Amino acid sequence: MSTVTASTSSGAGGLRSVGAEAGPSVRVQGVCQSFDRMGPPVLDGVDLTVAPGEFLCLLGASGCGKSTLLNLLAGLAEPTAGTVDVAADRPSLMFQEPALLPWLTAGGNVELALKPRGMRRAQRREESARLLRLVNLEGQSGKRPHELSGGMRQRVALARALAQDSPVLLMDEPFAALDAITRDVLHEELVRVWSTQRLTVVFVTHNVREAVRLAQRVVLMSSRPGRIVREWAVELSQPRAIESPGVGALATEITTELHREISRHAR
Amino acid sequence: MPGESSTPVRLPAGHVETHTGQQQGRATPGRSVEAGLDALDTASVARPRRRPWHVLVHSVLPPVVFLAALVGVWQLVHAAGLKPSYALPSPTDVATTFWETVTDGRAAEAIWTSVSRGGVGFALSLVIGTLLGLAMWASTWLRAAIGPIVSGLQSLPSVAWVPAAIIWFQLTDAAIYTVVLLGAVPSIANGLLTGFKQVPPLFDRVGRVLGLGGLGRIRLVLLPAALPGYLGGLRQGWAFAWRSLMAAELITYSPSLGQGLGQLLNIGRELSQMSLVITSITLILLVGVAIELLVFAPLERGVLRRRGLTVDR
Ligand SMILES: Nc1ncnc2c1ncn2[C@@H]1O[C@H](COP(=O)(O)OP(=O)(O)O)[C@@H](O)[C@H]1O
Ligand SMILES: [Mg+2]
Repeated sequence: MSTVTASTSSGAGGLRSVGAEAGPSVRVQGVCQSFDRMGPPVLDGVDLTVAPGEFLCLLGASGCGKSTLLNLLAGLAEPTAGTVDVAADRPSLMFQEPALLPWLTAGGNVELALKPRGMRRAQRREESARLLRLVNLEGQSGKRPHELSGGMRQRVALARALAQDSPVLLMDEPFAALDAITRDVLHEELVRVWSTQRLTVVFVTHNVREAVRLAQRVVLMSSRPGRIVREWAVELSQPRAIESPGVGALATEITTELHREISRHAR
Repeated sequence: MPGESSTPVRLPAGHVETHTGQQQGRATPGRSVEAGLDALDTASVARPRRRPWHVLVHSVLPPVVFLAALVGVWQLVHAAGLKPSYALPSPTDVATTFWETVTDGRAAEAIWTSVSRGGVGFALSLVIGTLLGLAMWASTWLRAAIGPIVSGLQSLPSVAWVPAAIIWFQLTDAAIYTVVLLGAVPSIANGLLTGFKQVPPLFDRVGRVLGLGGLGRIRLVLLPAALPGYLGGLRQGWAFAWRSLMAAELITYSPSLGQGLGQLLNIGRELSQMSLVITSITLILLVGVAIELLVFAPLERGVLRRRGLTVDR
């Protein structure tokens, strides 16, 4: 067995600046991750490539290692084996919870992400107002997180993620805690932002319809060990409605495969 | 699942199935639905302003009624003659002494002496307690070594230190400050430590994802996140400092020390003048309540309200 190095590229090759078309935005090769040496690895030989500007949904049962993989992409952890290359200095990441800092206003939370970019105060204020406008939260900049609804908080979190100005946006079940109507609205908003900002999105979910509603490509992960087992290209045009027959038909097919995958663990 | 789907086949790696849909189905929700949701969700947030009479009836009246009742019972007990007059003076006697103490300036002098001592002692405790809390948080070894002692000191009545302090520093201000510090520092250090421990790990991850460095995360994320616990520690620290100060003043009586509230109380005891004793206790209580209401309560309420951590009732 050959030795594989665990490394995270920090865009040293200039993947980001030398034209996005040059290479993939995300490249994961032979990634394994185990948390304890005794048990089976959580991720075992994951290979994944995401093209610049692509919207990819990573689908899998709860506990299959989606968050683990996303944390590796975000550079929050190092893989046990394999390589992770992301064509961004620091990809932005959205969590399932809005994870807004409660002592800062909506605008303050967005500005916090602008600080490491070395912006001056006035510039930060202007940029955060622009980003809040982008997620349809104009005039809400002075509100504190607890004064906003769950959907609005997630939009502030999206604005904060966009404030990092990273070409790669990672999202870990960001809408799982929202009601269906709010989620519909945010799907539409995310797709709009994705296409106008030309982002590469890796969106983790366990909701099949959500994956088909959003993605250009849906990737299915197996559980224990986590591997990529199958993928589907979704060529329905945007905007799609989550209850449209096209979305429904593909979702049914993927669900069958997901169930088959989960049933393997029944015995 | 409905059986209408085709049997899935495990495909070789790299194979991608393609789906093209003609029908788009119903329209997506659109901007107006979003605006409607936002409006519905945030409509009830505005806090209704409390009307003045409401404040009067619910906040001012209850303690006034209670105090009036207390004085009434006191008067009745006094009139019944259960205790001799030197042990239980009448409310009017006490009111007279209180008024004398206030008008001849002794009350103001005592309050100023005690409050300035308390302020200096608390400021010193604040610096030392905060540094100690930071050090204990930064070093797990230090935390393991002195954590139990600091927690233990919190429950040791600091009046127990008075004899030691007098032996070390004689009857000086240093003795009083020693007792105040030993009372307040552990609470402040522990409060800061508790504040740090209660910071959700998610906040640190947010800081890392946003690209903040170690120092930036401490300054912009960790310290503000720990503020509520720290404030709780400060508040308790002040309460302990004030108590310790009164205990120390009560025991260390000397002309060179000036006359604080505790010393005023001691004069009352030595003269067997119960009305002066009650006057001193009332003054001590009033100062404690005033500082709580004017400094700590608004500070804590402001921080908690800004974070949506209180239910205003
Ligand atoms: N830091 C960790 N230490 C130990 N086990 C972990 C850790 N993080 C995740 N796991 C385990 O790895 C598995 C996958 O977790 P996760 O990636 O969170 O799954 P998903 O996001 O797909 O629901 C789970 O069984 C979880 O218990
Ligand atoms: Mg997860």
